[in-house]
Amino acid sequence: MKPVILWSDALLLLMLAVLALTFWRLRREEALRAPWRQVMRGRMGAVSGVLLLAFAVIGLLDSLHYVERLPDTEPGQPAQYGGEVRSALDALLTPLREGVEKTYSAPFATHLYVKQAMTRADGVDVRDYPRLAHGGAHLADPASEFWPDVSRRALAGLAGGVLLWLPLWLAFGRARAGRPASPGRRAAWATLLCVMLTAGLLVALAPHYHVLGTDKVGQDVLYLSLKSIRTGLLIGTLTTLIMLPFALTLGIAAGYFGGRVDDLIQYLYTTLNSIPGVLLIAAAVLVVQVQIETHPDWFDTAAARGDARLLALCGILGLTGWTGLARLLRGEVLKLRELEFVQAARAFGVRHTRILARHLLPNVMHLVLIALVIDFSGLVLAEAVLSYVGVGVDPGMNSFGNMINGARLELAREPVVWWQLAAAFVFLFTLVLAANLFADSVREALDPRGRRR
Amino acid sequence: MRLRVEQLRVEFAPPFGAAADARPAVPVDGVSFELGANQCVALLGESGCGKSMTALALMRLLPEGARVTAGSVRLDDTELLDLPEMRMRTLRGGRLAMVFQEPMTSLNPVMTLAAQLGEALAAHRGLRGGAARTEAARLMAAVELPAERLDAYPFQLSGGQRQRALIAMMLAGEPDVLIADEPTTALDVTVQAQILELLDGLRRERGMGLLLITHDLDVARDMADRVAVMYAGEIVEWAPRDALYAMPRHPYTQKLFAVLPRPERRGQRLDSLPGRVPPADAAFTGCRFAERCPRAWARCRSEAPALHLAAPGHYARCHLADPGVHDGRSGTVAQVASASAAGALGGSTAGLVHVQTSAARPPSPSAMLEVDQLAVHFPIRRGLLRRQVGAVRAVDGVSLAVHPGETLALVGESGCGKTTLARAVLRLIEPTGGTVRLGGETLANLRGEALRRMRARMQIVFQDPFASLNPRMRVQDIVEEGMAALLPHLDAGTRVRRTRELLDQVGLPADAGGRYPHEFSGGQRQRIAIARALAVEPALLILDEPTSALDVSVQAQILNLLAELQAARGLAYLFITHNLAVVSYLAHRVAVMRGGRIVEQGSVDTVLGAPSEAYTRELLASVPGWGAGVRPM
Repeated sequence: MKPVILWSDALLLLMLAVLALTFWRLRREEALRAPWRQVMRGRMGAVSGVLLLAFAVIGLLDSLHYVERLPDTEPGQPAQYGGEVRSALDALLTPLREGVEKTYSAPFATHLYVKQAMTRADGVDVRDYPRLAHGGAHLADPASEFWPDVSRRALAGLAGGVLLWLPLWLAFGRARAGRPASPGRRAAWATLLCVMLTAGLLVALAPHYHVLGTDKVGQDVLYLSLKSIRTGLLIGTLTTLIMLPFALTLGIAAGYFGGRVDDLIQYLYTTLNSIPGVLLIAAAVLVVQVQIETHPDWFDTAAARGDARLLALCGILGLTGWTGLARLLRGEVLKLRELEFVQAARAFGVRHTRILARHLLPNVMHLVLIALVIDFSGLVLAEAVLSYVGVGVDPGMNSFGNMINGARLELAREPVVWWQLAAAFVFLFTLVLAANLFADSVREALDPRGRRR
Repeated sequence: MRLRVEQLRVEFAPPFGAAADARPAVPVDGVSFELGANQCVALLGESGCGKSMTALALMRLLPEGARVTAGSVRLDDTELLDLPEMRMRTLRGGRLAMVFQEPMTSLNPVMTLAAQLGEALAAHRGLRGGAARTEAARLMAAVELPAERLDAYPFQLSGGQRQRALIAMMLAGEPDVLIADEPTTALDVTVQAQILELLDGLRRERGMGLLLITHDLDVARDMADRVAVMYAGEIVEWAPRDALYAMPRHPYTQKLFAVLPRPERRGQRLDSLPGRVPPADAAFTGCRFAERCPRAWARCRSEAPALHLAAPGHYARCHLADPGVHDGRSGTVAQVASASAAGALGGSTAGLVHVQTSAARPPSPSAMLEVDQLAVHFPIRRGLLRRQVGAVRAVDGVSLAVHPGETLALVGESGCGKTTLARAVLRLIEPTGGTVRLGGETLANLRGEALRRMRARMQIVFQDPFASLNPRMRVQDIVEEGMAALLPHLDAGTRVRRTRELLDQVGLPADAGGRYPHEFSGGQRQRIAIARALAVEPALLILDEPTSALDVSVQAQILNLLAELQAARGLAYLFITHNLAVVSYLAHRVAVMRGGRIVEQGSVDTVLGAPSEAYTRELLASVPGWGAGVRPM
């Protein structure tokens, strides 16, 4: 086994490192910690925060990539590695990944969703629904054993979830002297319990049944959905990472310097805003696609190729998406630069760069944070839409957009295959709703106008 | 008509998520007073005393989270606090009307005056169409606005005109009681005099009761029949105007008089009132003023004083006013009060004209700052090619000089170009013409390093201590910033040491450096701003209205500090202000500015005592309290 670090993994790790460093440096700054504590003290903030954290953990597990060492290498030879890049999440979900059926099967089904010609034991050829190779394969007689088996496993899973949660809660969660139970704390622990229960259920049931059914080529939909989370998170975070330098420097510079600089930057973003976003993205994605296809030698694995396209998409979204935040920052800085502390700094002959960094940037940071958290959910949705249109991520990559794109034809089919769309919908909805509610709490805590309440 | 307020108490619920034993904030605690027809009662006090909250409680317009928990407000026989909201709505703006402080935000900017007046007339008098228009014109005449301004939008009016329009709207319901919450604080002194005169005239004409909320002792003296002095949510003194101004009974009121800058106090330290108004959620056992009271004794800390009758009709919430108190140590309040009144109030009867001979300094041979024909014109550009079609002459040929150790006061109303002049002198704005010389060196052509060196020699202190300090920087970093930029030869250790010395010098606690600006009060912030300016050892300090955002007691502290610093360091001050009382106390010379030009310049005694320009005379006549000595007391 050899770890593989894709470009997106590297960027993600870099971002986490920067975040961790920032938190570590600011942990003693009471003024900066207070709003975050307020976010987690409210019910909404705590619930959505825990949910987002659960999604983040899945996404992070999916970002630890490696390649398997091939077994048949001779001793003494340099080790040979497989071409398929896997992640830690893949390793955890091995039964789901490998439990591939022939084609569609409904959630919790024991038989395939389409009839096939089979030869019965008595030699008669019939067309019937065959048993699944993996889903419910352990049941001798599905008709009678199905419900007892499912309920037994479900109960065991729920019990496992509680058992996992209880020691954690006893150790860290209970109200004690000096740590009063706030509504947020209680809500956070209740949410964690729900997450654990769901996880327990899935761990108990998923290896034996296709909990969310299978898709056209028989892949487990739950596996696809879990793999799609990383794509959504990456698009949401990396795009902002790329967008941020543009928005910050151009927005603040436009507001502070005014005059020609302001004219130029305004001209730039007005022009950029006048080009239809989808057109720009489609054109850029096509260019990148052609580049990737004409240079297959640049990438040693399919994963690396998909990754390059994902990054390209982030880059393009970032390059077109900075205008909104820049405009917001320009307006705020226009107001701030007339404030007397900026005037005082100028009277001291403090250099422009230092005024920008020390006096203006910290005073617009709350706007930046609020905008980033709000943008996140928009970007996750944008990925889904763009992939559906066909200019999103690589078609071979797991993503909610690709799932929805695949489900398009399934809905037109008779009988309808609804579970792939439903799964994508539920996961996407939970992620975006949690992000939106979290954004709301963050805005409330950081917005100076809301502080009185 | 009679408005009776009894034992009014307003509470703020503790914020969501606060500890269970959190105490509710009580901004108004047991306030009682009475207002009759054709009477003016002034509610007087520093900020944070609960004045505005009392007014809002009367109107039942308390902010979210606040509610009246006890007391009664009766207008004739109607208990206002029990009325259902629907009836209260007809009463509000009808029998009971309120004028707010900020004329800029109290009018809807997208409606003409006629529309806004029409709204009030339709709601309270049922007038519509032509009748409403006629009545609106009549109201405009009552507030002395021309009727053709009815079709104007608020942004087309000046501040004073807006306040008049707002008063006209309040008169639309023919109120019995008009509550005016600091109606002139945002206005210039000449406009203030006009608005106050208008309010006074309307009260007499219509027989309204006027509840005037103000922090200005002189405004209250000019306007009120009775005065209620508020402190920390309580009324501490309740007296007829003349009695109060002749002999204040409560130590707080006495202190308020004593801290006022007056010409005859020149060269002396102003009396100071240490500490600050306690927060609304503080717990009190004894007298609320005991912490800051110079005459407090044991009883004051253990027992809350009642509102004692000190003289007929004159109440004071002080143990000294208790007729039973004769402890021999402090004497009765009357004796002390009469002694202090002689000193405290003598000046105000003399007005601002007080010929001063001793404080006039001999002018130093060389001026610290020389401004010659300075002009700042802002171009007006129109059209596609942004061609300049004219210019706003914000500063138009100003010449002045400030000598070392001297204070030159620059006086004028808002918009006259004072602040633009200050910024042009500092080269925060590039002047259009003229020269500025600092210590003999011309500033105009300096670039880069040379300009930075000159910047160390002059610094500025701004008006608003809340906007002038970066909220995200620690005080230490704020004070050090100038040193780091302008005195690069100082190493980090020296800078820290000097910061500590400076903070100590301006009277801040030793641990101030590590804290953020929001942890300090307005006065303390202004001290930080002064320390920051002094950090680079300037020879000239431009003070741009440094005390106008502060309460009078804090103003006294800052003025004392400025006087001390000037004596110790020989600083030259260019003191920009509109407050003539401060000028008469602090300045050596005065320059009166109007429309970008200096109309009169000279020593304090000549300019304030025997002004030669009509505008200066008008300005002086508008100062509240002016002529108080002439009025029968």
